Amino acid sequence: MSFIEYGDTIKDGDTAIVFLGHESMFPVKVQHGTVTQTKYGVIRHSTDLIGKKYGSKVTCSKGGWVFILHPTPELWTMNLPHRTQILYSTDISIITMMLELKPGSIVCESGTGSGSLSHALIRTVAPTGHLYTVEFHQQRAEKAREEFREHGVDHLVTVTNQDVCKNGFGVSNVADAVFLDIPSPWEAIGHAKSALKAEGGRICSFSPCIEQVQRTCLAMEEYGFTEINTLEVLLRVYNVRTISLQIPDLGKAAEDNSGAGFDSSNPSNQGSLAANLQQGTVQFKSGVPLREMVGHTGYLTFATKS
Amino acid sequence: AMEGCPGVRIREGDCAVLKRGEVFKAVPVLRRRKIIFEKQWFYLDNAIGHIYGTTFEVTNGGNLQPKQEVEETTTETKEAGTDNRNIVDDGKSQKLTHDDIKALKDKGIKGQEIVQQLIENSTTFRDKTEFAQDKYIKKKKKKYEAVITIVKPSTRILSTMYYAREPGKINHLRYDTLAQMLTLGNIHAGNKMIVMETCAGLVLGAVMERMGGYGSIIQMYPGGGPVRAATSCFGFPKSYFDNLHEFPLSKVHSLLSGTFSTETLPSDPEDNALVEEESNGLTDEKQTSLQETEEEPTTEAPMEINQAEEQETMYINTEDVEFKENKEKENKENVREKQMKQWERRKKLTEAAALLREKNADGLIVASKFHPTPLLLPLLEFVAPSRPFVVYCQYKEPLLECYTKLRERGGVINLKLSETWLRNYQVLPDRSHPKLTMSGGGGYLLSGITVVLDKGKSDSSNLEALKMEEPSPKRCKVQDLHC
Repeated sequence: MSFIEYGDTIKDGDTAIVFLGHESMFPVKVQHGTVTQTKYGVIRHSTDLIGKKYGSKVTCSKGGWVFILHPTPELWTMNLPHRTQILYSTDISIITMMLELKPGSIVCESGTGSGSLSHALIRTVAPTGHLYTVEFHQQRAEKAREEFREHGVDHLVTVTNQDVCKNGFGVSNVADAVFLDIPSPWEAIGHAKSALKAEGGRICSFSPCIEQVQRTCLAMEEYGFTEINTLEVLLRVYNVRTISLQIPDLGKAAEDNSGAGFDSSNPSNQGSLAANLQQGTVQFKSGVPLREMVGHTGYLTFATKS
Repeated sequence: AMEGCPGVRIREGDCAVLKRGEVFKAVPVLRRRKIIFEKQWFYLDNAIGHIYGTTFEVTNGGNLQPKQEVEETTTETKEAGTDNRNIVDDGKSQKLTHDDIKALKDKGIKGQEIVQQLIENSTTFRDKTEFAQDKYIKKKKKKYEAVITIVKPSTRILSTMYYAREPGKINHLRYDTLAQMLTLGNIHAGNKMIVMETCAGLVLGAVMERMGGYGSIIQMYPGGGPVRAATSCFGFPKSYFDNLHEFPLSKVHSLLSGTFSTETLPSDPEDNALVEEESNGLTDEKQTSLQETEEEPTTEAPMEINQAEEQETMYINTEDVEFKENKEKENKENVREKQMKQWERRKKLTEAAALLREKNADGLIVASKFHPTPLLLPLLEFVAPSRPFVVYCQYKEPLLECYTKLRERGGVINLKLSETWLRNYQVLPDRSHPKLTMSGGGGYLLSGITVVLDKGKSDSSNLEALKMEEPSPKRCKVQDLHC
């Protein structure tokens, strides 16, 4: 397995995802002789994991079971250990498309943070592209390097520990795209421009606050970027549920049954409503929105280097 | 990789996209081909050789000319008002008439000049606030300074273009929804993808772009053949198409049940026309001419019709023996050609069937006008376990049904029904706000991950269903996950 290439069977050293149920999962480093505790019991790597097909059901010691999944950047994003606030797949998707990333692309990113976006970028530019990622926090930079190594993608990424606003990305005139997720992106626009290839490079800046966006757009204009465009994207999830609604009792129009009230024995009424009229309910399937949803992550500003 | 690449140049034969503001149009780059775009007409000849991304002006002769970088005359603190309380919109503030402006245009006055003239001849301009003046100038520039940028097609450009111009052709798939599909589906180099779409080939093109020519794609298609109009706009190198296969939906059930054969191919209008000609009987005139427009014009084609209509032909020498002998030779060649084509098609079909039979695809993307359920359930059989699948539907309700059927079938986890909400912003100093109009809807997605299918264990599938759908209050929050 690797984050950039599918494999069929679980091997020693793989990072696999243990799926317990609805939105309940966690990553695990597969290792001979190790065990992993879950609420359904113990998983023994040597017997339960290694050699099994990805997607298999594994029964744990207490009798409950889990599924073992092949890692993907999307699953990694949902399960990685947070060192910073991360970008989720909704934003990552639009960033990838708007920056026109594809196999062979050269991308620059700062800050690396917890590596959520990094993994997704590496996956997209593989096998011939490269990610230059800059992180000013020394431990985070080191942790990122370690993870890329463990995930078998270190040949596609270079982690540099420096301040992108002062020292740039470490490359010039080669990048197809630059991504900024830092507190003061306007201070890095100049460096972004020099990292980008001569013509047609794309830039994206992600900022939670509109004031940051304003400063960044101004800087982009000053540095001659064109097609400057700011947008935001939000995910709305629906739960599929069968809903039963009660029919209210409005009484009878007259003492006998020949009234104008709702008559459940009338064939035309039965046709138009679902079953359970006898119980006084109507059933239907609905996509129910969640009670709460993410209302804001950040504004995404894109532009082109002319 | 494109290290240090100075920029891709516009070449004859390319599919290029014209851009003016937020309006896009895809056109073939051909010499002496008149293009009409945004109320202007011109030839692309002069653009050939320039780098993509160059902005052009249309000259009086209908030619393109790269726009000179003009120093924007920095507006020194000009006269401006504070608000609009005294500005009356009586439609009389502009002193130039339609005819005046037309006269200026005819004289060949540049757009910039015209805008300047409009400002000078507006009685209310100096009373407007600075912001209103800014807005006025922008609006006039947009109308009179006709600049066109020629951009290189990409998923970003084409999906935006199609959504704005021809959303019906792509089932109203908004570009951010497409972006989600590509990521949720983990589309990347080396995958073996199954794609079923009726979006003019846009989704296929997007998948191909993200695969970079690595891996393979099997495109499932309804009817006689896949539509790839948008795919050709991407400008992919030929090698990308070496691993692009297609397979007819009409053969899916036979493939799954093991009764598949290449003997009966889906009906092809070309085949029908040729068959009828061979029989030398009554040639269906309509079908022959249909076939003609599909093939490259050759000298044989018109003569073939005439052979059938010998009585009415205007050609002399139809009775000529030599003529008849040549006709027979041509017929034999056509038969051979037709047989070769049939053989080719059968071979490709067998290859595609073999790839599907392996049942180890790395992912499935569905985006079509059809009801998703009857598509998704059979096609999932071809996908390996622990792989993502994404289904797009313009409407939510069919996906509710699809979700339910998937739960009954089992073998899928992490099902999610979602849509994305997209908003564009105007960002200007002291004038930042969301834009005034936005898309009302961009379609819905149902995504999930396959797992090893546990057939014949109805108890456990119920248990699975129960486990999967814990009622909302008991659902664990993301932070509590790490057991």
